[in-house]
Amino acid sequence: MDNNNYAHVAVKGNEAPKPTANVGEHIDTDKIKEDFPILSRDQNGERIYYLDSASSSQKPIQVIQAMGNYYASTHANVHRGVYTIAEEATRLYENARIAAGRLIGAAHPEREIVFTKNVTEAINLVAYTWGRANLSRGDVVLLSEIEHHANFVPWLMLAEEKGVELRYIPMDKTYNLDLSNLVQLSAGAKLIAVTAASNVLGSITDISKISDVAKQVGARLLVDGAQFVPHRLTDVKSIDADFYGYTGHKLLGPTGIGILYAKQELLEEMPPFLGGGEMIADVRLDGFSTTDIPWKFEAGTPPIAEAIGLHAAIDYLEQVGLDKIAAHEKSLTVYAIGALTDHFGKDITIFGPEPSDSKDRAGVVSFKFADIHPHDVAQVLNEYNVCVRAGHHCAKPLMRCLHVPATTRASFYLYNDEEDVNALIHALEQVKKMFG
Amino acid sequence: MSGLEDLYREIILDHYRSPRNRGELESPPAIKVEGFNPLCGDEIIIFLSTKDGVIEDIKISGQGCSISQSSASMMSAAIKGKTFAQARELIDYFKQMMSVHESRLDQNTTPDGQSIDAPENQLDLDSIGELAALQGVVKFPVRIKCATLAWNTLTQGLDESKSTER
Repeated sequence: MDNNNYAHVAVKGNEAPKPTANVGEHIDTDKIKEDFPILSRDQNGERIYYLDSASSSQKPIQVIQAMGNYYASTHANVHRGVYTIAEEATRLYENARIAAGRLIGAAHPEREIVFTKNVTEAINLVAYTWGRANLSRGDVVLLSEIEHHANFVPWLMLAEEKGVELRYIPMDKTYNLDLSNLVQLSAGAKLIAVTAASNVLGSITDISKISDVAKQVGARLLVDGAQFVPHRLTDVKSIDADFYGYTGHKLLGPTGIGILYAKQELLEEMPPFLGGGEMIADVRLDGFSTTDIPWKFEAGTPPIAEAIGLHAAIDYLEQVGLDKIAAHEKSLTVYAIGALTDHFGKDITIFGPEPSDSKDRAGVVSFKFADIHPHDVAQVLNEYNVCVRAGHHCAKPLMRCLHVPATTRASFYLYNDEEDVNALIHALEQVKKMFG
Repeated sequence: MSGLEDLYREIILDHYRSPRNRGELESPPAIKVEGFNPLCGDEIIIFLSTKDGVIEDIKISGQGCSISQSSASMMSAAIKGKTFAQARELIDYFKQMMSVHESRLDQNTTPDGQSIDAPENQLDLDSIGELAALQGVVKFPVRIKCATLAWNTLTQGLDESKSTER
């Protein structure tokens, strides 16, 4: 992107820096950290240990600058003005769409990517438009027990409204989805909607296997990629996904932008979602007609700066390399689980798959700590600048499966390293002293 | 560790480790009310046995963080045997305490500058004294909901008792 005009305001006199850790086989977290201003912020005289990227990732200066540059030099509404900055803004916005599609291997990113507010809105869009047009009483939607509320509630709403039957793929003892009865469970299913990676357990779903069964029974496949796309290479073509959602703020991008991928032919036939400007071809006093995809699903002024920030985030991830990020997270997760278990023994119960060479696992470590409520754990951790999530992680049905009201969760990204894990362990020792 | 010791006073940890009036009452005849804190999954179930406008017995079950559970425990100790009017007075006192702005914490005043008076209506002063230990929660705004959960649930229970009491 050619807009460094604002650089002198965003950072002191520098041009937008390139990601600094793009050399060598491994990620150099010290270098990576330099790109993330918040990671050196002072809190009571010390840096913070940010272990909550599954909730939202931090942002590199490249993303912050891209958005600042845009507002300082190029902002105008998109798809409207004929003047230069309006054309530039439109081009930047549409380029972001191409990048968002390219990241997940979309065949036609210019038509198959719809920008939404977040993954939640992306799934709601599918339920509201495709779901209402294609599902009726008795039709089956197959979900799993481990979904985020974003992939439960839209379907529960549809079940209430249309009498759609919901079924659930159970979790097995290894915290993975139990796919042994998938064919029976899928009988009569019109849609299978599952997460690619659990935001609580870190388990990674065998989407290829689910996709095969979906094709076998004639069901459409929706994948919630919120926790997967930021951490692993994604290819919607190889898994033949019909719908795929992910979100900007978990992959180094800004909040306020989500991405819905849907196959072109599905988007063509789906009714519109929100009504308003931008999504129409014509409006008369007695009716309207919709414009082409994907804009048919983007009523109103879209999140322009957010799309541009997302593009910068995708560029950053691709320059560092998602394969390197995946390898880094895997080794850090193995270290963390080993160190926590060694240190706390029976006092810690980790809810998630054992790390293994044969099966991939995401860098999300949820645990119960010595019967101390997660809110109390997290409160004391905060005293040591350790940022973790405590709660039900928007997965209350899963909490019931695990027989806990809540868990404490540490999650990793490319800027985390063993120092963060060691800070967590040190702070947990203090928790134990206080409540033990 | 400045604020943390205010939050986790010894008396709070004591109520958390050894909660008072823990258990259940047969319902009916006892009134059963449930309260949830969707933020962290705290859950409080209150059983009230009431007669002639008096809370004869109270039991608490549920699960949650130390703040929600100790607050419920202290509340149960403070209102057992009290009249509805006294209980409501105590609820008002507690919720007023939880809305005090941090900077005024030491002055026992509300944001409007009015002083908070402890309820005088024949309440057990020891119990009120214990409740004051929860004042440190105000410095941790996200935890205020944990502290007030039991009290909001009790209000709901008193409202229900009123309509069902013989």
